[in-house]
Amino acid sequence: MLLLTCPCCGVTAEETEFAPGGEAHLKRSGPGSSDAEFDSYMFNRKNPRGVHFERWRHAYGCGKWFLAARCTMTLEVFGTYPAQTLEPPAEIVAAIKAKRPDWEGFA
Amino acid sequence: MSHRLATGGRLIDRARDVKFTFNGKHMTGFAGETLAASLLANGQTLLGRSFKYHRPRGVVASGAEEPNALVGLGKGDRYEPNQRVTTTEVFDGLSAETQNHWPSLEYDLLAVNSLVPQFLTAGFYYKTFLRPRAFWKHVYEPIIRKSAGLGKAPAHDARDPDRYEQLYAFCDVLVIGGGIAGLQAALSAAEAGARVALWEQTVHWGGRAPVDGVTIDGQDADAWVKATVAKLESMDNVHLRLRCMGAGVHDHGYVLGYERVSDHAPGTDAPRHRLWRMRAGQIVTATGAIERPLSFAGNDLPGVMLASAVRDYVVNYAVAPGQSVVVVTNNDDAYRTAIALRRAGVGVPAVVDARAEANGPLVAEARAAGITVLTGKGIRKVKGSKQVTSVEICRIDSKGTAFTEKFDCDAVAMSGGWSPVVHLWSHCGGKLLWDEANHFFRPDAARPPLGTDGAGFVTVCGSANGDMGAVLSSAHEAALAAARATGATGNATAPSADSAPDMAPMDAVWMMPRNAEYELRMKMWLDFQNDVKVADVQLAAREGYQSVEHTKRYTTLGMATDQGKLSNINGLAILSDALGQPIPATGTTTFRPPYTPISIGAIAGEATGSTFQPLRRSPIQDWHDSNGSDPEPVGQWRRPYTYLRAGEDRHASVNREVANARTNTGLLDASTLGKILVQGPDAGRFMDMFYTNMMSNLKPGKCRYGLMCNENGFLMDDGVVARLSDDAFLVHTTSGGADHVHGWMEDWLQCEWWDWKVHTVNLTEQFAQIAVVGPKARQLLERFGGMDVSADTLKFMEWSEGKLGGFDARVFRISFSGELSFEVAVPAGQGRAFWDKLLAEGADLGVMPYGTEALHILRAEKGFIMIGDETDGTVIPQDLNLNWAISKKKDDFLGKRGMEREAMIHPDRWKLVGLETLDGSVLPHGALAVTGGKTANKQAETEGRVTSTYYSATLKRGIAMGLVRYGPDRMGEVLEFAGTGDARIKVRIVDPVLYDKEGAKQNV
Repeated sequence: MLLLTCPCCGVTAEETEFAPGGEAHLKRSGPGSSDAEFDSYMFNRKNPRGVHFERWRHAYGCGKWFLAARCTMTLEVFGTYPAQTLEPPAEIVAAIKAKRPDWEGFA
Repeated sequence: MSHRLATGGRLIDRARDVKFTFNGKHMTGFAGETLAASLLANGQTLLGRSFKYHRPRGVVASGAEEPNALVGLGKGDRYEPNQRVTTTEVFDGLSAETQNHWPSLEYDLLAVNSLVPQFLTAGFYYKTFLRPRAFWKHVYEPIIRKSAGLGKAPAHDARDPDRYEQLYAFCDVLVIGGGIAGLQAALSAAEAGARVALWEQTVHWGGRAPVDGVTIDGQDADAWVKATVAKLESMDNVHLRLRCMGAGVHDHGYVLGYERVSDHAPGTDAPRHRLWRMRAGQIVTATGAIERPLSFAGNDLPGVMLASAVRDYVVNYAVAPGQSVVVVTNNDDAYRTAIALRRAGVGVPAVVDARAEANGPLVAEARAAGITVLTGKGIRKVKGSKQVTSVEICRIDSKGTAFTEKFDCDAVAMSGGWSPVVHLWSHCGGKLLWDEANHFFRPDAARPPLGTDGAGFVTVCGSANGDMGAVLSSAHEAALAAARATGATGNATAPSADSAPDMAPMDAVWMMPRNAEYELRMKMWLDFQNDVKVADVQLAAREGYQSVEHTKRYTTLGMATDQGKLSNINGLAILSDALGQPIPATGTTTFRPPYTPISIGAIAGEATGSTFQPLRRSPIQDWHDSNGSDPEPVGQWRRPYTYLRAGEDRHASVNREVANARTNTGLLDASTLGKILVQGPDAGRFMDMFYTNMMSNLKPGKCRYGLMCNENGFLMDDGVVARLSDDAFLVHTTSGGADHVHGWMEDWLQCEWWDWKVHTVNLTEQFAQIAVVGPKARQLLERFGGMDVSADTLKFMEWSEGKLGGFDARVFRISFSGELSFEVAVPAGQGRAFWDKLLAEGADLGVMPYGTEALHILRAEKGFIMIGDETDGTVIPQDLNLNWAISKKKDDFLGKRGMEREAMIHPDRWKLVGLETLDGSVLPHGALAVTGGKTANKQAETEGRVTSTYYSATLKRGIAMGLVRYGPDRMGEVLEFAGTGDARIKVRIVDPVLYDKEGAKQNV
């Protein structure tokens, strides 16, 4: 059971206090998008063995969504940050690079 | 024969007799011992029959690793199968019954299975019973079911009378294992200032050291253990628990502890088990090591035991497993057993040592005590039927065709070396390395399980770490490092010096003799509980199994309730040998929690019965509960399905409610309906994205029905939206969908459109909402006075608010029944009074509450869809002929792109129609329309399914809706629906709106 820190209210809590929401930083494909784009938006997930960006909601706390950078293999959490970002902020990227020098970066 | 020794027994209280029964026979033991010790003291060595071959089995071990000695404990409601006698404390009144034999333990007719063992070799269930096909169901399966399996399940009507609880706890350093390494670790961490918890799975501190004759500061280990426990007990920052097993290590320092609080004292006030849900900063495991059996023919006979277990029974409980015990080993440690037996006055005909030479200090001590030591030898075969009677010895490097010596004996103490208990280290990803000198896997400190910060959070000390000699110093270091990692800064006093005799290296012996012929290998047991032998693993390798995980599943090695604690290493050594590769190349199977089985009761804790989950209560719940409510679960609500009256069954009750709503006045408690306020300058824009139809142009004071889809275009929820003001909408959702819809809105607002000025509040429980339904509904409301609810003022699909006879009311003129209908919302606190007043004022108007089933029938008669009936997560609005509710003007809404996909616009989709049985009967739920043809898989081809089906009290016959291929284009056509068996029901496709199609009733 993971420990996560909600960047909105600052509480560090058990995983059961949060609800997972899948991969973060997806770009919505609405009307006008091609079948391939829509397919990618709906179904294609990176599912990496390693650094991953995820959506979580502090469902039994402040109710806010936030994002987490986490290693799916070791379960290390590099950091959590507000959901209102289009890509991982610089300090999160730096924290990951410090621990995973070989990481290819967010793409 | 096993027996009680006249003196000794460090853990028993000879002054306190304990009386218990075994298969109905009365027996006596001593307080402080395990059931295994008591049984052996009573000469009971035969304790059960094996899983497949029904071979006689006895105790092998003295602790959690025991594979054989499982019994059914307790009686009636407290009966529990498959309990290990080695971890059961004996108590007055204990009742134990043996398992897996027929007709009796002594005479088991199913033991014939072992005469034809070729039927039950590795993977037997994949290959032996394939043909003829009909035999499986009628011959093989019944026989296998009768002969296989362990204990019986408790009686179907048994109810666990005991209480279980769970506790959350936190500590800096959790030490698991209360042997001397664990005690030292706890002490060092505590002295350094950390908050420490120490768990020990047995009821005694000290572990093996006092049994093995370890000295600490020149003294007996017992004295040090006593003093150290006293010191720990005096410290405020230490929490000690006996009978508490570290069951599993999980992510980020989360650990489950299984405390058997009162297994030894059933019926007392205490909970039976307690599950600790511990969040530890650092974990130090000091879980010791488990001795390995040796694989020789007949190693499963009662009387063959682990050497360490023999020593435990002698030293701890003053129980000798036999009059004459042959010790067989590949290491020095087992000589401790020979010496302990000799000291206790038990005969030791010989120590059979596989090594070419044996010269360690313990060996010298044994020789000095006059014990015969044979080197370079092994056991060829154990003789005996239900008990060891003799052993035949042969050269270790031979094929074992003939014996060189033979000893009469009634027990054998075997030692194949030790395996560190690495389970807890491995549960969360700690890696292992192979120790060449000691021939075991030990934790690789460089690759620990990682915590949230990426640093290791488990450290291992003592023999669990593979430290087979002195342990206190390294335990101290490990604990200090763990305490430092949690921020403790204090200093700990230097540990005492423990000393154990030097040990000469062991020799790996995975099969005895090393070149044993097939006949012997057929009788060498690896996994005692699942009856897996050396020959089975070798066969699997010959059949092409290479992965240890596959071999495990094919042979069932290590898959029994003991999870291979004794068998796994031996099994994978045999597999490695057969594959011609070193053991680390084969690797281990995965260690999964829990360490030993834990009770379902502990997992459930207090969440049983009425505390299983919190229930949500409507403000009118009390009235329902005391007026015949026949409740049905709707989410976490318990809504009345119907209100039963004396002498009525459900059917009659529902029909009465339906008829009354159509003719007089019905009341429905709709408080559970989701009510979400959407407010802000961008509320209209937001609503247009959320609903398939246009909402931004809804005028204040008006209501509109709308559909919500997910991005796939699948219909998710529906309901009536009321525009409260220019910048506010009230969204009504289904009862079960309110929380989900609110969460869904928040998701989009927070994560996608975070610059939109909108905010949502779930007001579901703030209001009571009552639907007043039927031809006399307006008449009833008008009696309240206050608000004008006349047809001219409050038109269909409008709402208004004001005082309704003193109640703060918001009245929505909407209808889910097809009748004249008002849904009146009042603050939750006024809900019950308003309900009571409606009943009182409407008595002469035939006012009558109706439940959810009548609600369903009323809507089905009108052809209204219900989320969850007509929808199942794969249905788009167009399937339900709801195209009118999908805006063509909007550029975008959630689900719009999804609906444009090829599969969604395909004409073959099943679409909503009404269904009418030709004979008027009620169609079965979920029935499928069959074409009479077959699919490519030779299954019946279908072309539709029933989504809602009821008896209509209004139309006096069965009514239904369903999805049918090209349905709306096939009006009047008669289909066949499959009933039970070969039954076929003829059904005509009709318009789904069966009642008042023009809407005259609701528009008055």
